[in-house]
Amino acid sequence: MDVTPGERALLAALADGLPLEPHPFAALGERLGLTEAQALDALRALRDRGVVRRFGVVVRHHELGYRANAMVVWDVPDAAVDAAGRALAAAPDVTLCYRRPRRLPDWPYNLFCMIHGRGRDAVLRAVERAAYAAGLAAVPREVLFSGKRFKQRGAVFGPARTGGAAWTNSTAAS
Amino acid sequence: MLPLDDTDRRLLDGFQRDLPLEPRPFAAIAGDLGLAEAEVIRRLAALQEAGAVSRVGAVVRPNTAGRSTLAAMAVPEDRLGEVGALVAALPEVNHCYEREHRLNLWFVVTAADAEGVVAALARAEAATGLPVLDLPLEAEYRIDLGFPLRWT
Repeated sequence: MDVTPGERALLAALADGLPLEPHPFAALGERLGLTEAQALDALRALRDRGVVRRFGVVVRHHELGYRANAMVVWDVPDAAVDAAGRALAAAPDVTLCYRRPRRLPDWPYNLFCMIHGRGRDAVLRAVERAAYAAGLAAVPREVLFSGKRFKQRGAVFGPARTGGAAWTNSTAAS
Repeated sequence: MLPLDDTDRRLLDGFQRDLPLEPRPFAAIAGDLGLAEAEVIRRLAALQEAGAVSRVGAVVRPNTAGRSTLAAMAVPEDRLGEVGALVAALPEVNHCYEREHRLNLWFVVTAADAEGVVAALARAEAATGLPVLDLPLEAEYRIDLGFPLRWT
């Protein structure tokens, strides 16, 4: 699912979001020498191929009162992790759910999810609910509450030689 | 918590996905909410200014338009502020959080390709003198379709 250099440039121009004006795609396209129709066609193509997973308002949890958030990590036997991941992802409070590699001896966990709540107690209750719902109550886990936020943004600018390759990414552990 | 009225809440909750890819998307939202297009634009700008909205735009599937990873470091407590600032200053880092664990600094690195990710992790190690744990995505079980907001 590779993207073309032109598509990458379009996603880069979109890194900080649409200009908030009546014809935002015309303004976006203008930065790249595209017409409004060309910018819209390119974005529709990216969406249809699944590169753009969603297009809309991206909210920031903390500012909306979700003051507690935790990354919850689980040490699931390899043969069971995909089924467990799908079950955990279906729990109502889980917003993101991934498998990542263990790094022994430092890091034994292979299943990650994010849970946001209005307070620590709410998050911990949601973790318990999710664990039972996914059949993970007996699996070793840790709850890593977030503390200071050093950076949160949707865009990363690549080296200037690429003309500012940038995109937004939903892998964030935020 | 920001002061939000019902219209703000509907804007935040109802348009996280499927923003119409058509010439006047804010007019389409306005039609749904019974507002003027200019009012939708004014409110979204105010919400963005206040930090409640990060942006109105695209969320891209991981590892399509670039490559990314999640990384972690165990930072001595008295160096956390300094190291957090050093890591956050790297242009490839888009999220960087303290977390309550021995591995207490977590960040997401995104670059144009895998080599760019490796180089950024190496720069994080060089800048801080601390080893970095690289935890790339292997499988994704939940697609990011937005965040359902509950107001009470």
